[in-house]
Amino acid sequence: MEVAKVENVSRVYKIGTVETYALRGVNLTIENGEFTALVGPSGSGKTTLLQLIGCLDQPTSGSVWVNGNDVTRLNRNQRADIRKGHIGFIFQFFALIPTLTAYENVEMPLLLNGCSAKERHERVMELLKAVDLLDRKDNRPDQMSGGQQQRVAIARALASKPALILADEPTANLDTSNGEQVMEIMTRLNRETGVTFVFATHDPRVIKYARRVVTLRDGLIVENDAGQAN
Amino acid sequence: MLNYLKMAYRNLLRHRRRSALSALALSIALALLLFMAAFFKGEMRSSMEDTLRLSSGHLQVRNADYDPDKSSVAWEYLIENPDQVARQIAALGPVKFATPRLFASGIVSVGDDSAGVQIIGVDPASEANAPYRDGLVAGEFPSADDRTGILIGYPLAESLGLRVGNSLNLLVNTSEGHVDEQNFIVRGIFSTGSSTYDKGIVLLPLAKAQAFSGAGNRASIIFIILHDREQAETVASAITGNTFKVETWQEMNELLVLVNDFSNAYIMILNLIILGVTVTVIVNTMLMAVFERTREIGILAALGMKGRQIIALFLSEAALLALGGVIIGLLVGWALSAYFGGVGIYFGDIGVSGMIFGDRIYPYLMLEDVINLTLTAFIVTLLASYYPAQIASRMEPVEALRAEK
Repeated sequence: MEVAKVENVSRVYKIGTVETYALRGVNLTIENGEFTALVGPSGSGKTTLLQLIGCLDQPTSGSVWVNGNDVTRLNRNQRADIRKGHIGFIFQFFALIPTLTAYENVEMPLLLNGCSAKERHERVMELLKAVDLLDRKDNRPDQMSGGQQQRVAIARALASKPALILADEPTANLDTSNGEQVMEIMTRLNRETGVTFVFATHDPRVIKYARRVVTLRDGLIVENDAGQAN
Repeated sequence: MLNYLKMAYRNLLRHRRRSALSALALSIALALLLFMAAFFKGEMRSSMEDTLRLSSGHLQVRNADYDPDKSSVAWEYLIENPDQVARQIAALGPVKFATPRLFASGIVSVGDDSAGVQIIGVDPASEANAPYRDGLVAGEFPSADDRTGILIGYPLAESLGLRVGNSLNLLVNTSEGHVDEQNFIVRGIFSTGSSTYDKGIVLLPLAKAQAFSGAGNRASIIFIILHDREQAETVASAITGNTFKVETWQEMNELLVLVNDFSNAYIMILNLIILGVTVTVIVNTMLMAVFERTREIGILAALGMKGRQIIALFLSEAALLALGGVIIGLLVGWALSAYFGGVGIYFGDIGVSGMIFGDRIYPYLMLEDVINLTLTAFIVTLLASYYPAQIASRMEPVEALRAEK
């Protein structure tokens, strides 16, 4: 079953009178349970593609489907609902809310989804355990290392049991060992929970974890290789 | 909601000094608003009360032809048999007391010094004299049959160097248009709290004033105090007589009512200025918060937070800021008003003609003003914060996420 589908999507940024094509008629289908890397040099359109699948941005043309919904036809609030219910994000910078503890950061999507206090507590503790950060639950982001922060972000992305987790260069700001730890956690969670991961990267050490590699260049998919496996 | 407040509280603590200064701006503004309201209310309230109890009363009955600005004692302008008229009026239920008074113009002189005064003939037995009787600073109130005693105000006594027992010379314009003069002994010196008023009047027993001015058994007015001044119109309509004119305190004090209205408008403008400055501070603080936290707003949006929830988050922050500011402002404003309401603020002889002002102004904070101004300050802060909150809510997630940390 497909989790996300991109049909003939283009994204053009206009700066003054200059038009820059970030994506040029891209087609891509992401199946449930995939662990897929979007690779390519800087400016190839990886991040733009992730943002479009993640309903953070709208394509200039073409359509984007998430869990059977054509999100290009949805308004702002409906797209927020799709993000809230179906998509988890992991960003390159450790995008945690600085005033909240690890526990509260993971709890945030559950609060937005209206889960009960008991449900929230159980889920947050389960996830912090899964990313091995139970002992850091009361720490704020500035009291944690980059690796720990990114693990909190992974736990948060998983919190509301989304169908799809989108990670934009999740290891770019981490050293090798923390980067590997993060990738191993993502791999394990993909295997154990079946949640779909799509991550953008240009780090060869990260690419090796992917079971499918989609290569972009100049806004086009130039290679779509489902043969790799870790 | 609780979670919004928790986040809002922590966000405010991120920049403690900035948050504290913004709350302080609101505190100072509210304290000022409250104190100003109390000051003007106190001033107008005491001026109105002084005017009613000293000068106009709640109602006055006069001869239809009497001109209060001239204080003429010509018979045709006076009320005949005033005691009887006063007794009849006093029998009306809402009337607390009614007493005849005679006004004549005169000049007090002592040696080379002299001062123009209004001579008021009063019935010494009447309760209406309470402000003078209670305000005695020396001596006593002249009795009804005192033929040589006079009661003078403290500022007049000071300026003429008079003490109880001293004598003065009083000139009066009589009912026949002549001038008469007589020596009087100062029986008592009073202070009503308004130097402007006290320096311009002297009191004689009614019988003596009538005899001295040639008014006979006549009076200028019947001075009436009601149990409830709001009943003035009703009582006025109950007093009938072709030769009488009845005036209510509103009619007699049009200037005061006008000044009161004007002061309300004046306060309103001052309030707007103060609130305007405060709003600018709050909007600035909230805008800084929004722009500093653009990426966080992007993260929250990515997590699925909707525009109205982002607005709620920032409004929670503003509400906490406002709450802190309002509580401190309320305490400071109340404390200032209470302190000066007790000791008064000395202004001395304000000297506005046609109005009676006390030498001290006692701020008087009304519950109504406290509620109105506090709610206004709170709501205005929230309204002012709505604009920055709306900017935050309209940010495109993808753009917000790109912002510098």
